[in-house]
Amino acid sequence: MITFSLNGKKQSVELGPDTPLLWVLRDHLHLTGTKFGCGEGLCGACTVHIDGRAERSCITPLSDVQGKKVTTIEGIAANHPVKKAWLAEEVSQCGYCQPGQIMSAVALMKQKPSPTDADIDSVMSGNLCRCGTYGRIRRAIHTASKLGKGGKRS
Amino acid sequence: MSEIIKVSRREFIKTGILVGGGLVLACHISLGGRCAAADAATGFAPNAFLRIGTDGSVTVIVNKSEMGQGVYTSLPMLIAEELECDWKKVRVEAAPVAPEYNHTQFGPVMVTGGSSSVRSEWERFSKAGAAAREMLVAAAAMRWKVEPSTCKAGNGVVIGPGGKHSGYGSLAALAAKLPVPREPELKGSKQRKLIGKAIHRLDSPAKINGTAIFGIDVHTPGMLTAVIARPPVFGATMKGFDPKKALAVPGVKQVVAVPAGVAVVADGFWPARKGRELLEVTWDEGQWAQISTAAMREEYARLAAMPGLAARHDGDAPAELARAAHTLQGEYEVPYLAHATMEPLNCFVDLQSDRCLIRTGSQFQTVDRNAAAREAGLKPEQVSLETTFLGGGFGRRACTASDFVIEAVQVAKAVGKPVKVIRSREDDMRAGYYRPMWYDRIAASLDDKGYPLAWRHTIVGQSIIAGTPFESAMVKEGIDQTSVEGAADIPYAIPNLLVDLHSTKNGVPVLWWRSVGHSHNAFVVESFLDELAHSAGLDPYQYRRSLLEKHPRHLGVLRVAAEKAGWGTKLAAGTGRGIAVHESFGSFIAQVAEVALDTAGQVQVHRVVCAIDCGRIVNPDTIKAQMESGIIFGLSAALYGSITLKNGLVEQGNFDSYPLVRMKAAPRVEVHIVPSNEPPGGVGEPGVPPIAPAVANALFAATGARVRSLPLTPEKVKAAQGQA
Repeated sequence: MITFSLNGKKQSVELGPDTPLLWVLRDHLHLTGTKFGCGEGLCGACTVHIDGRAERSCITPLSDVQGKKVTTIEGIAANHPVKKAWLAEEVSQCGYCQPGQIMSAVALMKQKPSPTDADIDSVMSGNLCRCGTYGRIRRAIHTASKLGKGGKRS
Repeated sequence: MSEIIKVSRREFIKTGILVGGGLVLACHISLGGRCAAADAATGFAPNAFLRIGTDGSVTVIVNKSEMGQGVYTSLPMLIAEELECDWKKVRVEAAPVAPEYNHTQFGPVMVTGGSSSVRSEWERFSKAGAAAREMLVAAAAMRWKVEPSTCKAGNGVVIGPGGKHSGYGSLAALAAKLPVPREPELKGSKQRKLIGKAIHRLDSPAKINGTAIFGIDVHTPGMLTAVIARPPVFGATMKGFDPKKALAVPGVKQVVAVPAGVAVVADGFWPARKGRELLEVTWDEGQWAQISTAAMREEYARLAAMPGLAARHDGDAPAELARAAHTLQGEYEVPYLAHATMEPLNCFVDLQSDRCLIRTGSQFQTVDRNAAAREAGLKPEQVSLETTFLGGGFGRRACTASDFVIEAVQVAKAVGKPVKVIRSREDDMRAGYYRPMWYDRIAASLDDKGYPLAWRHTIVGQSIIAGTPFESAMVKEGIDQTSVEGAADIPYAIPNLLVDLHSTKNGVPVLWWRSVGHSHNAFVVESFLDELAHSAGLDPYQYRRSLLEKHPRHLGVLRVAAEKAGWGTKLAAGTGRGIAVHESFGSFIAQVAEVALDTAGQVQVHRVVCAIDCGRIVNPDTIKAQMESGIIFGLSAALYGSITLKNGLVEQGNFDSYPLVRMKAAPRVEVHIVPSNEPPGGVGEPGVPPIAPAVANALFAATGARVRSLPLTPEKVKAAQGQA
């Protein structure tokens, strides 16, 4: 039995300790906002926060999150500046990678509330987008930074 | 929607139908787009695209798959514009598979492709909205006992004389009893309120909070998840397997042989995948076990030197080339490419003895539904296919062979329970259906001013259509039109022009890949034209203009792209500009790329300026987004993409061996829409073709290296620099 906090609530799971967190979330807890893209930590579609840090859930065994705080896209408030900026800049196309992009962006902004383009390039290059929304993601992160400074951060 | 399609044709013809107290509009429009009497004898199918609830909600039933291109917003905009409803009350439902939802131009199939959604549905969706508005106005007039001409509709309300007003919701039931206007009046372009505006996408909120359901997210109680051990080489068959170790994995329920391979079925993806790793399968590798792309390339090069089937023949290019004192020649090549949608292929199937439910992200619903029915031994009408969001399509989810749907039906049949088959990234990349590999030999002679007198382009590669049910429609006299599109129809004024084709066969499954034949032909044509300009000592932009005097839309986008990019102005040392222009899917696009090499010799694209003329537009932001998207998609192919085979095996499997453009390699992209009153053109694909030649041409401008092979790897750049 592995116990952790999931989006602020206590969660216990009885599964093989090597089961990647991604499949625990998707197949057993039916939180399907976290996506499967590569299974090797190469694309970032499965990004979640573990104790506030962006991690690739597809290569994170369940045993690693014992006693930790896990946050998924479903746990990010609707009025979070990053989500608002994503809508304002009309980032999404097919949308499949966007939960992972948003999780990476939220973690980045926690570290650096006003990231530079270089900060964004460095952190967000771990998240692939086949629709090529990179320019809008960059813009949205700058927008979120401004919204965050307006005291609207949740 | 099921209640709508169960309604009899007769009822549909007579009136709108009341469903759940609301108005469902059935407007009868022929494939040509005219409202006409619709009955079984005339063969006109009724269409049902709109439902207005008694609460005033407006549900638009969209018959196109949302795969990122914004069609769940653009088609509703067309209806809402004419309906005069409150945009905030519009929501979207995916259409079921039914003849009403067939493509208006591509024959009796429900399909999303060919960058055709807005082009083919503009009239039908507009009329559906206009007819509903006229019925709502008529209903209000009837209620108030006034002339309809004294009433006006706007923002979801009908306003009558003396300040009378009624919301659409309260009029829906009455309107449903009225006849459907055959020829509803459409707005003039000046009266439009939504069309032409950057309206926000309706699907964005669900896509940022994790609630948008893609095929891979489908879940039903008791459902199992399967992965399939597929043949390691194309055309191989299973000889035998030992399931023991796989079955010992906790969570694995069954291991079953199916025609597609051996399926490991479990209570989730992880045990299924773990089980598959332990599964022992022996294969009869069949006739393609030894194929390699290296050997294919030699064969293609040999064929390219021989005459093929002529796709276009103006004047006498071979004679002119033989006679010319000075000719230029180049051999161009591009590799197989994977679509690599971010959402790996998957399909959910619930198969019962007398019916089958499929939920998946399909671009090709009728074909997939019929294939599933054949595989399941059911009639097509016993199979329902529900279209989810698509985590990217790019043509892969419009598979002529319905591979990912058929295999899921096979597994469901073997297992006897609802099952979702998921492909791992490696499965997705290795199981086939690629943009074909192409080899082109191209030669030209120039007149004394430096302009081409003769042009001969020989194309070698597989037909994506041969052997499919679409062969009779799309292969003409041995020429697959998709093999030569963008080459046989080049706009440049060249008196002697021969484009010929060798269609090869080699067992590698191939398919349309975003922009199809244009994805390779634009690279060859626009690169070689650049070579001719430089050879003549002329500016590549002005050179194109001179050869395009009779093509104002090409000229228009070229001028805008060149001006906005600052064509001719100085760049930093080591940086070069390249230009390309290409027409595809009814749209005209020019792109200017700024390129430099980094210290590792890798091509870095700093900036791309794109000008598009796609005729009348619905949503300018969608157009910009699709140009940005096509440019990045095409750039991944230009810089990195290559699927290779050795001893029958695909050598790439994941994003380490098949890299895509990432944020740090993404250029700044500027999109300029050239105003136009021409008929609407496509936007999903046309952004792709010009980027590879624009970048290759910029690379030449920056370094003197002419690389005629994609992707533009540091090794190829270095080799070409050695020859410069």
